[in-house]
Amino acid sequence: MSVLVYTESEEGVIKKIALEAVSYAKGIADQMGTSVTAISINANNTSELAKYGASKVLEVSDDKLNKFNGEAYADAIAQAAKNEDAKVIVLTSSANSKFLAPTLAVDLNAGFVPNVVALPERTSPFKVKHSVFTNKAFAHTEIKTEVKIVGLGKNTFGLKESETSMSNEAFSPNLDAHDFDMEIVSVDKATDQVTIADAEIVVSAGRGLKGPENWGMIEDLANTLGAATACSKPVSDMGWRPHSEHVGQTGKPVASNLYIAIGISGAIQHLAGINSSKVKVVINNDPEAPFFKAADYGIVGDAFEIVPQLNEKLKAFKAQNN
Amino acid sequence: MKILVCISHVPDTTSKINFTDGDTKFDTNGVQFVINPNDEFGLTRAMWFKEKQGAVVHVVNVGGPETEPTLRKALAIGADEAIRVNTPATDGFSVAKQLANVVKEGGYNLVIAGRESIDYNGGMMPGILAKLTGSNFVNTCIGLEVDGDKATVIREIDGGKETLKTSLPLVVGGQKGIVEESDLRIPNMRGIMQARTKPLTVKEPVDASAETATVSFEKPAPKGQVKLVDNVDQLIDLLHNEAKVI
Ligand SMILES: Cc1cc2nc3c(=O)[nH]c(=O)nc-3n(C[C@H](O)[C@H](O)[C@H](O)COP(=O)(O)OP(=O)(O)OC[C@H]3O[C@@H](n4cnc5c(N)ncnc54)[C@H](O)[C@@H]3O)c2cc1C
Ligand SMILES: Nc1ncnc2c1ncn2[C@@H]1O[C@H](COP(=O)(O)O)[C@@H](O)[C@H]1O
Repeated sequence: MSVLVYTESEEGVIKKIALEAVSYAKGIADQMGTSVTAISINANNTSELAKYGASKVLEVSDDKLNKFNGEAYADAIAQAAKNEDAKVIVLTSSANSKFLAPTLAVDLNAGFVPNVVALPERTSPFKVKHSVFTNKAFAHTEIKTEVKIVGLGKNTFGLKESETSMSNEAFSPNLDAHDFDMEIVSVDKATDQVTIADAEIVVSAGRGLKGPENWGMIEDLANTLGAATACSKPVSDMGWRPHSEHVGQTGKPVASNLYIAIGISGAIQHLAGINSSKVKVVINNDPEAPFFKAADYGIVGDAFEIVPQLNEKLKAFKAQNN
Repeated sequence: MKILVCISHVPDTTSKINFTDGDTKFDTNGVQFVINPNDEFGLTRAMWFKEKQGAVVHVVNVGGPETEPTLRKALAIGADEAIRVNTPATDGFSVAKQLANVVKEGGYNLVIAGRESIDYNGGMMPGILAKLTGSNFVNTCIGLEVDGDKATVIREIDGGKETLKTSLPLVVGGQKGIVEESDLRIPNMRGIMQARTKPLTVKEPVDASAETATVSFEKPAPKGQVKLVDNVDQLIDLLHNEAKVI
């Protein structure tokens, strides 16, 4: 018996959310008196997983798996889970994990709970806390099946070091033609930009900016902070910014350490999607904007004055502190 | 092409979320229910297939009689028929088992569901349904074209998108992008009148257990007061020394 964690990588590099997932898996393994096995697919270097508590890593390397393929990846993970007799499988809340979870749930006849925010209150019965109603509330849900799948919410558990001696094993799942029914024709991805999913800091702007031509200062600020850029829904509906930047209840969720909202009023649907960010800053010229009730820090003022100032001062700050 | 659009019946996005019965039940008092936004985008795409490619479009919900106005709204938007599976929706797995039966009996070759429902945010029903019905599956779908039994699908991924070629039978989890916001349709009088006479079939459920059970709910701790600052120097200082995020 063990706890199996799928450690996602991008271009061969293990992602930070994967390390968070290992930390979380280690927490569950300790509660259950067992150990953590990780499975990686085409990762170049897995040694870091030991630092967060993995005792073993199953390394899959297969050129056919260079691009994410839900069916084949799920098949590989399901086979690993069966070989390891895993009772708990830990995934993240990335787009790929959300693709894998339901397929795995059927393969392993397992109950699944997404957006989990804490270790199980107890493991028998197995009960976890997770966010629902797009972060407007939490639920405590029991998973009743023998095998359980949890999807850890981003930035909810954090990294917890727990140095463990780890063995590496090559793992070659049996993949059949059916696993490759879906053909990936093209991938269109900006590789030079921080994505909202991975970002520690997100700089977001709304209709208060008046028009797409004014986004230069938002991009500059994001560059200075190494942040991803985001926007409110009307901004993407009007085509000022791409849909992929739309955050909120009907857009992407944001769970960053810092969320800076510029010229965004703070409608309930917007707040729902960004509530799980740790620290929220609002810049708005209307002191009555609802966002001020949801924020940690705020400046009442004109974005066109404040944002360039903030950018200049931050550049100076960065130069001094690096 | 025979399309089934899965409709989950959810609280309107402006709803205040409260719980009753010792925090074990969602308080529906004063809550307006709507078609799950992700499903509305999918339904609108299905209408396009109906108008341009002669597809037949049915909508389905797993739930009690209270969800029928939501299904009628989908009929008013233009779906041909509605089905309600008469059992409360407990978790994504059990809903998928019910819908797998509907898909098999109805012979649908394209199922359009939403990426997730905005109430419990399970995001699992479509993937499970695909697996149970032996269909191909594409999640976070932002583009869908069908030609015969071949489909071209665009999937949103972290930081971009990818284009996939696959074939029917297919289940997609759709979201904004599969059609644009401006494509959404508000039912007109004629649609509403027609919807009253379109078939809404109630089907009894098959035997299906739920794998998970929600025991209780909790609201987030109330938020502290915002700290207002006068200038950017103060802000940088607080973010660095107090919040420790830069
Ligand atoms: C079903 C549904 C789902 C929705 N889902 C989402 C969602 O997922 N995400 C989302 O964002 N919205 C969503 N919305 C829309 C939401 O209700 C709001 O309409 C939207 O968030 C408002 O966007 P905004 O704050 O950019 O614009 P506005 O509400 O127009 O606010 C602009 C703000 O900018 C400020 N401002 C103006 N000029 C300046 C200046 N010079 N300097 C500083 N501040 C300035 C104003 O004071 C104002 O507060 C949804 C709505 C519905 C009905
Ligand atoms: N009770 C239900 N009846 C019909 N379809 C549903 C139901 N619940 C979920 N779905 C569909 O499955 C999608 C994902 O839902 P969920 O897995 O609950 O987040 C929704 O967008 C709907 O299309």
